[in-house]
Amino acid sequence: MFTDAFWIILTGSLVAVTSGLLGCYLVLRKMTMVGDAISHAVLPGIAIAFLISGSRSSVPMLIGAAAFGMLCTVLIELFHKKAKLQEDASIGISFTWLFALGVILITYFADKVDLDQDCVLYGDITFVNFETWQNVPTAVWLLGGLFIVIIAFIVIGYKGLYLTTFDPDYAITLGVSVTLWHYLLMGAVSMTTVLSFESVGAILVVAFLIVPGATAYLITNKLKVMLWLSAGLGITASISGYYLALLLNASVSGAMVTILGIMFALVFTFKVVGKKIFPKKQLILPVSE
Amino acid sequence: MNSFFNFLSLSDPNVLFVVVGMILLGISSATIGTFAFLQKRALTGDAIAHSVLPGVCLAFILFDTRNLWVLLGGAFVTGWLSIICVDLITRHSKLKSDTAIGLVLSVFFGVGILLLTFIQQSGNAAQSGLNNFLFGKAAAMHPDDIKTMGAVSIIIITAVVIFYKEFKLLSFDPQYAQAVGLPVNKLQLLLTTLTVAAVAAGIQAVGVVLMAAMLITPAAAAKYWTNKLRVMILLAVLFAVIGSIIGAYVSYIDNKMPTGPWIVMMISAIAVLSILFAPKKGVVPKYITRKKYLHKMLRENILKELYHLEEKNPGKHIFSISEIVEEREMKSREFKQGFKMLVQKDLVVKHLSGYLLTEAGQIEGKRITRIHRLWEMYLTQQLQIQGDHVHEDAEAIEHIITPEIELKLIQLLEKPEKDPHEKIIPY
Repeated sequence: MFTDAFWIILTGSLVAVTSGLLGCYLVLRKMTMVGDAISHAVLPGIAIAFLISGSRSSVPMLIGAAAFGMLCTVLIELFHKKAKLQEDASIGISFTWLFALGVILITYFADKVDLDQDCVLYGDITFVNFETWQNVPTAVWLLGGLFIVIIAFIVIGYKGLYLTTFDPDYAITLGVSVTLWHYLLMGAVSMTTVLSFESVGAILVVAFLIVPGATAYLITNKLKVMLWLSAGLGITASISGYYLALLLNASVSGAMVTILGIMFALVFTFKVVGKKIFPKKQLILPVSE
Repeated sequence: MNSFFNFLSLSDPNVLFVVVGMILLGISSATIGTFAFLQKRALTGDAIAHSVLPGVCLAFILFDTRNLWVLLGGAFVTGWLSIICVDLITRHSKLKSDTAIGLVLSVFFGVGILLLTFIQQSGNAAQSGLNNFLFGKAAAMHPDDIKTMGAVSIIIITAVVIFYKEFKLLSFDPQYAQAVGLPVNKLQLLLTTLTVAAVAAGIQAVGVVLMAAMLITPAAAAKYWTNKLRVMILLAVLFAVIGSIIGAYVSYIDNKMPTGPWIVMMISAIAVLSILFAPKKGVVPKYITRKKYLHKMLRENILKELYHLEEKNPGKHIFSISEIVEEREMKSREFKQGFKMLVQKDLVVKHLSGYLLTEAGQIEGKRITRIHRLWEMYLTQQLQIQGDHVHEDAEAIEHIITPEIELKLIQLLEKPEKDPHEKIIPY
């Protein structure tokens, strides 16, 4: 009924919108590199889940990846807070270590783990239609489910996320747990990374996490507008990225990221040039509802 | 064990290339990485590493060659460009540096993947080597690769030796460096350029993702052993070299094991061990020192309270648990632990109806009380602090003051008889 193109674009859009929404919070919380770290660190979790379950079924993979995503954030916290290592180095050490472990597991058990290294880097979105259930690709079912969960998380948790993002001190006085929301967000990021993994790979999902949110943040100071914008940018990039990839006969996810990059560059140049032409004194307002 | 000696003898030319190559890589990346680490630019190294991919691919598309120097040239250009982009974004927008780094890193990498797959699917036969830039191919080092790494190492070491003082100042105190008239921007440019060179040279050994570890992890491990920059650089290089050799050995005995990731694993293991156990700065030695200090404080506080009780009740020496707890609130666990230590040290004796100070314990309790009251005197007299504000401060300092400082206090205050609260200072 639907073409491959439709499913590929839909999959890309689901990944882009879900991660773009979460990415807005990462950008505002200055935690984008933690998102980057998590997306690398889930690799050993996925490999171990593969080894134990012996299949590509999603539940063990989700659990394994979420566990290692959490382990990575905990490691970063421990290095930073307990061992007083500066934050950038804590992040750098933690994720390279876990990623190295993941690559070792995948190459060593190559005959048992059906994941190749390229897939780790840029995913297999082109083959999304290979595995279907009720005529709908499995990936779309999973990403659709994730999409609903994340939307629910953001809608229901809007106040909590909002407070802990912009004014953690005030949140504490209101009795809102900053740590709880931190780990909920990190859990959501881990889940998104894992489910996006097969489609766009471990590293490109970082672009989907960071770039739409960052671009939207350049355009607006309002959180709600920012969330909508990032979703819109993600969908635009998925559609045009697909056709760019078709044109070049190259990786779809790579093309989607390239389009995201071009969109950011356009907005950025426009902003900078605009400021040069109309150098009015602008107050940088804090983001508000 | 036999395989180990075979490995060490370096008789196999393949092993020789890998070991020499990794040592050279360790030297250059750990040296330059130490400065990146100190400047808190660890993630910048990560950004550079990801950003060399589009450069390699572009160079390949434009010049249609697999000549290493051409590809590295491309890598160098985009690696460098990425840093400029990060700089532009942070300077001209409200985005913070972490977002800028993540953004540049992932977009450059995405473009790199686009180009790489474009090359692969165009069916060009010569493209087979490009994949190595993603995950590295440390196990299949070529003499040409060694030459490149050697050249880069020599350049980096020469530059660091010549500009050692300048780089040091730039890393620790850029404002001061500017104030004394150093060309800070140019030096920063040089340092960045060297980092890009180290990354470009190392990338095909360990791959884009793990290159960041080669830069930061050895420096982070070295930080826990020393405060001297020179020693830190040498240690970082040493750690990188040890990690590299063990990593190369692991993949030598089992060729299913990938070399690059094992090297990173080993260097990370060294870093984690250093963070945990390095003397003085490690987590465990620090924890032990703190515990010891807390125990000392607990003991001294109890001795002091017993002394106070003796003061208040002339002639009485044995005090029951309830009397002691009334004087100073303690958790029962603290109480038990404290008295256990004091009894062991023969400062307190346990009696049927309670505890009493031994002679040594009495001297010690007197000493703490004396220091406490002298310090209160000092604060009120010399620093003009109100008498009701000085107790807390004295509580803390009484455990720290040495006999020498105590003597000075006595001289300065001319051996006062009473403290601000009219209590007698015992000598």
